[in-house]
Amino acid sequence: MSARLSRGGRLIDRTKPLSFRFDGRTMTGFAGDTLAASLLANDQMLVGRSFKYHRPRGIVASGPEEPNALVGLGEGARFEPNQRATTTETFDGLTAISQNRWPTLDLDVGAVNDALARFLPAGFYYKMFIHPRPFWKHVYEPFIRQSAGLGRVPQGGDADRYEQAYAFCDLLVAGGGIAGLTAALAGARAGQRVILLEQAAHWGGRAPVDGAAIDGQPAADWVAGTVAALAAMPNVTMRLRTQVTGLYDHGYALAGERIADHTPGDGRPRQRLWRIRAGMTVVAAGAIERPLSFAGNDLPGVMLAGAVRDFVVNWAISPGDRTVIVTNNDDAYRTALALLDAGLVVPAVIDARASVTGALPQAVRARGVRVLEGRAVAKVKGGKRVAGVAICAQAGQGAVLEEIGCDAVAMSGGWSPAVHLWSHCGGKLVWDETRSMFRPDPARPPTGDAGQPIAVTAGAASGALTAADVLADAHAAAGGQGPAPSAAADDEAPMEPVWIMPQGAGPALKAKMWLDYQNDVKVSDVQLAAREGYESVEHTKRYTTLGMATDQGKLSNINGLAVLSDALHQPIPATGTTTFRPPYTPLTLGAIGGEARGEIFQPLRRTPIHDWHQAHGVEWEPVGLWRRPFCYRRPGESSHEAVNREVRNTRERLGLLDASTLGKLVVKGPDAGRFLDMLYTNLMSTLPVGKCRYGLMCSDNGFLIDDGVVARLTEDTWLCHTTTGGADRIHAHMEDWLQCEWWDWKVHVANLTEQFAQVAVVGPEARRLLEKLGGMDVSKAALPFMTWAEGRLAGIPARVFRISFSGELSYEVAIPASRGAEFWEACVAAGAEFGLMPYGTECLHVLRAEKGFIMIGDETDGTVIPQDLGLGWAISKKKADYLGKRAQERSHMADPARWRLVGLETLDGSVLPEGAYAVAEGTNANGQRLTQGRVTSTYFSPTLGRGIAMGLVRHGPDRMGEVLDFPTVGGKVVQARIVDQVFYDREGAKQDV
Amino acid sequence: MSEPQSALPGRRAAGFATVAEAGLQGMITLRGDLASPVLAAAVQQATGCAMPGPRRIVQAGDRAAAWMSPDELLLILPHADAPGAATALQAALAGEHALVAEVSDARAMFAVTGDKAVQALAKLFPVDFAAMEPDEIRRSRMAQVAAALWQAAPGDWRIVCFRSVAAYAFGLLDNAVRPGSELTA
Repeated sequence: MSARLSRGGRLIDRTKPLSFRFDGRTMTGFAGDTLAASLLANDQMLVGRSFKYHRPRGIVASGPEEPNALVGLGEGARFEPNQRATTTETFDGLTAISQNRWPTLDLDVGAVNDALARFLPAGFYYKMFIHPRPFWKHVYEPFIRQSAGLGRVPQGGDADRYEQAYAFCDLLVAGGGIAGLTAALAGARAGQRVILLEQAAHWGGRAPVDGAAIDGQPAADWVAGTVAALAAMPNVTMRLRTQVTGLYDHGYALAGERIADHTPGDGRPRQRLWRIRAGMTVVAAGAIERPLSFAGNDLPGVMLAGAVRDFVVNWAISPGDRTVIVTNNDDAYRTALALLDAGLVVPAVIDARASVTGALPQAVRARGVRVLEGRAVAKVKGGKRVAGVAICAQAGQGAVLEEIGCDAVAMSGGWSPAVHLWSHCGGKLVWDETRSMFRPDPARPPTGDAGQPIAVTAGAASGALTAADVLADAHAAAGGQGPAPSAAADDEAPMEPVWIMPQGAGPALKAKMWLDYQNDVKVSDVQLAAREGYESVEHTKRYTTLGMATDQGKLSNINGLAVLSDALHQPIPATGTTTFRPPYTPLTLGAIGGEARGEIFQPLRRTPIHDWHQAHGVEWEPVGLWRRPFCYRRPGESSHEAVNREVRNTRERLGLLDASTLGKLVVKGPDAGRFLDMLYTNLMSTLPVGKCRYGLMCSDNGFLIDDGVVARLTEDTWLCHTTTGGADRIHAHMEDWLQCEWWDWKVHVANLTEQFAQVAVVGPEARRLLEKLGGMDVSKAALPFMTWAEGRLAGIPARVFRISFSGELSYEVAIPASRGAEFWEACVAAGAEFGLMPYGTECLHVLRAEKGFIMIGDETDGTVIPQDLGLGWAISKKKADYLGKRAQERSHMADPARWRLVGLETLDGSVLPEGAYAVAEGTNANGQRLTQGRVTSTYFSPTLGRGIAMGLVRHGPDRMGEVLDFPTVGGKVVQARIVDQVFYDREGAKQDV
Repeated sequence: MSEPQSALPGRRAAGFATVAEAGLQGMITLRGDLASPVLAAAVQQATGCAMPGPRRIVQAGDRAAAWMSPDELLLILPHADAPGAATALQAALAGEHALVAEVSDARAMFAVTGDKAVQALAKLFPVDFAAMEPDEIRRSRMAQVAAALWQAAPGDWRIVCFRSVAAYAFGLLDNAVRPGSELTA
């Protein structure tokens, strides 16, 4: 059984005991514990069930590479699944539950899958569930979804807040072990701006555990001294609990900081995502130990040797009274020494190498431990925890030579550099034969804009495995001047690559050798994939799910591809690795979202009159990021009723519209007229000062992109109104042409959209209202249709445009935004006697549709040209050129069979469904019904008392009076007659009074 | 109500730095040839400021001239003075190819002050504040909206964004200065 030792534990504070709950049981730990350490201290070796076979699983690692010990952490609004116990700091009151088990961790019904493992090989799902086809959707998938998965999804909102922050540096050091500290110090001493980030809650990495001596001091002392030296330097920023999770183009890096994961509810943001621009990134991410593949290597109690050492030294955890060590390298002997130093028993070290003579093994022998050379684990004995190991010859097929009783097994298959960050952005790897590892190839780093390296590795991440090599490599990586920190050279014998234990193991053993713990991928699965023709490592990964779990194969990748290489009879470099993609460990969606939630989820654009609308029954409509009034509902009124009332009132009396969102672009300069003649399809240069003209704008492909009224302000200045959505887009369009194509034209553009509030005063009483407000002559004689004037209305500076998008007498009044609400309220107050009612966008749409006016985005969709819409009158025949002219002459654009705009009148007076298609006789090559037109705008017209619509119809204007069939969803057919699209006041008399 | 209204009159928030809506600020966009002595004289006349260099702001009392782009300046002055100043500028630049536009009301302005103000800003602007000069102005992005920022005095930051997104901008700043979320102690 695992337990807390009575002495030791360099990271724990025994004066600060903590209480926490796991699966409802109250347990105790100490400040400084990880949850994994706390669980082991309470003999909780079984911590979860595997994904597929529901095998009992225990803690195997001590860091972010942990595949098994995933728990559901927290409760209610702070619940989060799949949290690694090895990186979760224990705090008082922590609550965790195990995952993927039912009803309990100890008694799990799903474990029946384990008994059926023989029938659930790699690719099982693909083979089993493919036929009959409909069964996948209706039977198999729902069933699999229910039985699969790890933790349960959190319900409801997240109680915590998150944020992001930007940082900049010359040198970003990812990892605060001795390599990272050395590199940071070297960079900082050279005057570089350094950011040093460490994922754990403490500095120094593994070195203090491994017992290195640096510059004559114990590693822990050297670390403390170096940290103090760095902290004193103004050009160094250091953060603990912050993991660099990804490296991207141009030296951009992301790092996740866990601010309050261990102090939930203390008011601080829970996590912060750092977005860092670094000149150079030093990847000092260390190395990850590899498991060995022997039968039963997934039983609770089988752990990585380095992790066992960490638990003993850092947290005073005994993994069990008797720990057998299985290894192919000298490093694992450090674990034996650590266990012996803690007073625990090491019954034997089982070493796959035929002859073991290094200094570390000798030191272990000298302590009276049996070292079994050329031996392997044939099988781990036990059910839900280790009871013993059966020993065999590594060179054989697994015939048991002896059995040794033990509580724990510490395994080491060698170390793999953590190359993830190096690889994220294109750094290449090379297979190192002598050390049996993929390590970064310094000759092929990830590169920046000028081909310069943007990353370098340091220490174990480079493949350096001894303290002396680590320090020298890290010092050089950061361009360190002078001597590197020094450590005594370790006399370590080379490891021996061991991918299967024993090497001649038969199918029964290989079916119990786990490669990927979390996804239950075994040696037999990878070999099966190879036999079935999977040669690419990427395909094998997806077929077997090797490395596809939340740990992304940190423990399994190298062993898996070595097994695959062996099965394919090719060297490991020929197989290669799968692609390393960010993040290194999962980032929370909270951190990725940052501050963007609730009120500040997205910018919401408000007009200066927004608050008035809000206070007066508005129903909002999102228009891009703007909120515009859709309608104003009175008590007891439906939206539809409100719209009808607004339409009738505007036609008969007086309506008021907040048109502030319309784009307002000022174009000025000696070449401004020429410029606008190119942008608009008609002539703007001939527009007299004081007048307005409606214009169309096309892309250079000929398609209609915007429309609006242009006013000529002075001899060399025009004001171009755009659609609400067009303001920024058309501004950019103008700047694009001015900066990239016509850079020598003398034209300036300014976007004044938000400088002005704009209020449309619409209806037969509009003039009387403005006259009552007073200050300007707005008579027909002084201000005729399609002119503008400047002055003051109700004492407020105003520019008044006599334009109409409704067909009624209408003025659009622009006032400074700071007085927009004041003007609006003045209109409302003065308008009461004229029956004034505000109206919203839906009323605006109905009014314009009754008049047959097109709307960008309804009648246009990026494939429509002005000619389709009967707007030929707005296209100048005199001009030599305008944007889109050439395109509109192309055969398809000039084709008389193009669908063109008409009005549509249902025979039964109903409202045509939006987007409905008119069918034609016959079917196309795919057996689909042919079509001959579609609805672009459709409304109920309160003025006419029936549905009206506009649509694009093949040869439309030539087919007046014809009836078209519009099938609706559900099979019904609505019939509509082709009519002129102007339904109301065809002569335009009402707007010109 | 008969006075001009800023976007969020009087809104304030206090955390580890202070955020305040700065009220109405007169602003004029001036586009033209920044090398022109006529233009420089007009800027001097309107603001009392010399022509700013690229990405710089020249401040003089309650007025300033800020470089926006190779052919654009932002002139800053009291709100009530802006219309008159714009008219005067237009007259002074009559013979020049230049555009003068009052944009006071198109904007909202915030003051973020305190020793740790920059920590709040570093959460929202992708700006290297340590490399920013005291007389530098940045046209940048505050989370999801365009914004410009400069220092009226050391540690006394001014942020300008479009008026329509003032509530969003204030919400961002309010959130960013919440106690406990300091980037460093």
